[in-house]
Amino acid sequence: MRDAIFHILFVWYPYVALTAFLLGSLIRFDREQYSWRASSSQMLRKRQLMWGSNLFHFGILFLFLGHAAGLLTPKFIYTLFVTVEQKQLIAVIAGGLAGLICFIGLTLLLHRRLYDARIRVTSTYMDLAVLIILWVQLSLGMITLPFSLAHSDGSVMLILAQWAQGILTLQPVDARTLQGIDFPYLAHLVLGMTIFLIFPFSRLVHVWSAPVWYLGRRGYQVVRSRRPLGAPGVKPTPSQAAE
Amino acid sequence: MKIRAQIAMVLNLDKCIGCHTCSVTCKNVWTNREGMEYAWFNNVETKPGIGYPKDWENQDKWKGGWKRLRSGKIQPRIGGKWRVLASIFANPNMPEIDDYYEPFTFDYEHLQKAPELEAFPTARPRSLITGERMEKIEWGPNWEEILGGEFAKRSKDANFEGIQKEMYGQFENTFMMYLPRLCEHCLNPACAAACPSGAIYKREEDGIVLIDQDKCRGWRMCVSGCPYKKIYFNWSSGKSEKCIFCYPRIEAGQPTVCSETCVGRIRYLGVVLYDADRIEAAASVPDEKELYQSQMDIFCDPNDPAVIAQARADGISDSWLEAARHSPVWKMAMEWKVAFPLHPEYRTLPMVWYVPPLSPITAAAEAGKMGIDGGMPDVRSLRIPLKYLANLLTAGDEAPVASGLERMLAMRAYMRAKTVDGVIDETIARKVGLTAAQIEEMYHIMAIANYEDRFVIPTAHREVTEDAYEMRGHCGFSFGDGCAPSEQSGNLFGGIKLKNDKPKMGVL
Repeated sequence: MRDAIFHILFVWYPYVALTAFLLGSLIRFDREQYSWRASSSQMLRKRQLMWGSNLFHFGILFLFLGHAAGLLTPKFIYTLFVTVEQKQLIAVIAGGLAGLICFIGLTLLLHRRLYDARIRVTSTYMDLAVLIILWVQLSLGMITLPFSLAHSDGSVMLILAQWAQGILTLQPVDARTLQGIDFPYLAHLVLGMTIFLIFPFSRLVHVWSAPVWYLGRRGYQVVRSRRPLGAPGVKPTPSQAAE
Repeated sequence: MKIRAQIAMVLNLDKCIGCHTCSVTCKNVWTNREGMEYAWFNNVETKPGIGYPKDWENQDKWKGGWKRLRSGKIQPRIGGKWRVLASIFANPNMPEIDDYYEPFTFDYEHLQKAPELEAFPTARPRSLITGERMEKIEWGPNWEEILGGEFAKRSKDANFEGIQKEMYGQFENTFMMYLPRLCEHCLNPACAAACPSGAIYKREEDGIVLIDQDKCRGWRMCVSGCPYKKIYFNWSSGKSEKCIFCYPRIEAGQPTVCSETCVGRIRYLGVVLYDADRIEAAASVPDEKELYQSQMDIFCDPNDPAVIAQARADGISDSWLEAARHSPVWKMAMEWKVAFPLHPEYRTLPMVWYVPPLSPITAAAEAGKMGIDGGMPDVRSLRIPLKYLANLLTAGDEAPVASGLERMLAMRAYMRAKTVDGVIDETIARKVGLTAAQIEEMYHIMAIANYEDRFVIPTAHREVTEDAYEMRGHCGFSFGDGCAPSEQSGNLFGGIKLKNDKPKMGVL
């Protein structure tokens, strides 16, 4: 029974979640562009948002990139630079700091969403669910820190990295290897996959649209035309083209 | 040179009676939805006053418009691209809804359902956001109506810069005017430059600035970028919305709703041709006072054969060129120079211009201290300080506004001489640099203001770019996308892909 549950949660569920994440995002992007937005509530209340949102976003971006790099970098690559033990120590310290920053921000945001009447009544259930899930997920992640310090040899980290790499390379590891791991890690994994699952059905889709392309926008003015742009026979002047 | 055309607007403030018909009709058509109750694409403010949202003209506070860097380049005042992205999580320069006002309704039902009471039942306000009782309404799109409120508050109006304003707090010296405001559909829109998604664009055909509601992700930078605060964040949809210049009506040759319903007949719509290649240069001149002139310099004379030839080469149709030659906007802005841009110092090159209002002569005149210049009062002795109008319309340069006001006074003097005394006095016209024929035309357009003279709007030439044969029968059975498939080319489930329905987009 225990084997079966582990198999479902750590071999099947990741693929269910990833499939929903990718297909759901694609379909929503294709069909429901109007619903694709960051859903900012800054217009209704600025208070607590300036600190909350900035701290939260900085923290979560750092944590996301840290998780991606930490879990998915193959062992033979990072061991060229650091030992497994050093890597875990870096992860615990950097992740702990970013986690703390993120926690402060997220708590501010959650408090604001729950206790500010304007924000509360204009929130959807999904808005609330996303914040609560993220808050629980972050707390679980923070709870694992002392466990990680307890086994400083990095053994758990290696198991988790193997699992994550196995999922992404379509060669999932035997779920029984995860059975010895402490509960907070497992809960963190399951909830993490759940976040991917609900991603396309929530405001989280704005993550896909992080407007980094703005930095590369060239030219002077965004224009639309029903004619071919630049009008017949007229090319942009060199100064415009160069810009 | 690359000539583009724009449908521009002029508002003759001399005739605005502040009735708010424009605001109300606009509201009923475009912003009567959840999330937009607080938004007025068109609102009328009484000036002086700090306006809606509060203090919108204070760009030290809101950071709207453009600023010129030491290098001579311009960039949005909120900052360059990195700076904009850095403030995306929480925009430090964005007004809150309380800066506009918390939208409300009244408990009308209570008037009908109240039991027998000692006092009359009243309809008390209730928030349209939370649904809760509001004890006090604090602000609105027209809070300072007819100088409501104390002088100490309304004198924070940014247009008092450089004016000894204390004396205008005295009852005898007080002055006011109405300022209807809408999106300026700028030649150099700061909102579009600030939009990280590239959702805001200027239409090449008619210059209307729109937000692609599908592409907008709600990053809110446009709200800060626009110095006129005419982009509104819809808290319900999570997208920004703005005045669309009633483009479905404009495309069909009809005036915008605000213009159509204006009872004072103060609004004018017409084509203006401009050189798109010189937008950046015109917006970058060092001296703010030069911006009014530099904007006029990139307007192209529709009677000039060279302009006509180039405009044709750039794809502007003859019907638009013909309309440009009869454009009331061109006449008021360029021929008679009685219309001016709103706050040219924002460097946005706005395309909704204003004819400044004349006002009664101050007490000084009655005391015989005022200079009367050949039957016409000196515009400096009008009740509304010239400097105030100049701060509003020409970045503080008084000479063009004075000249505009003089021409309007001359028009009155000339027509009075003609209709009351039966004398054609050409000297009046010549004194302000016009001919008698020009004054007569001014009178015809600005005073009589017939419908067909106010609105010279050529229809959009969709037939040139759309294949009507392909479009036929489109509103039948669809894949849930409405009449035609959405702007994406086809969809995941095999929706029909139209060859010619999609506007071409790019950064020019």
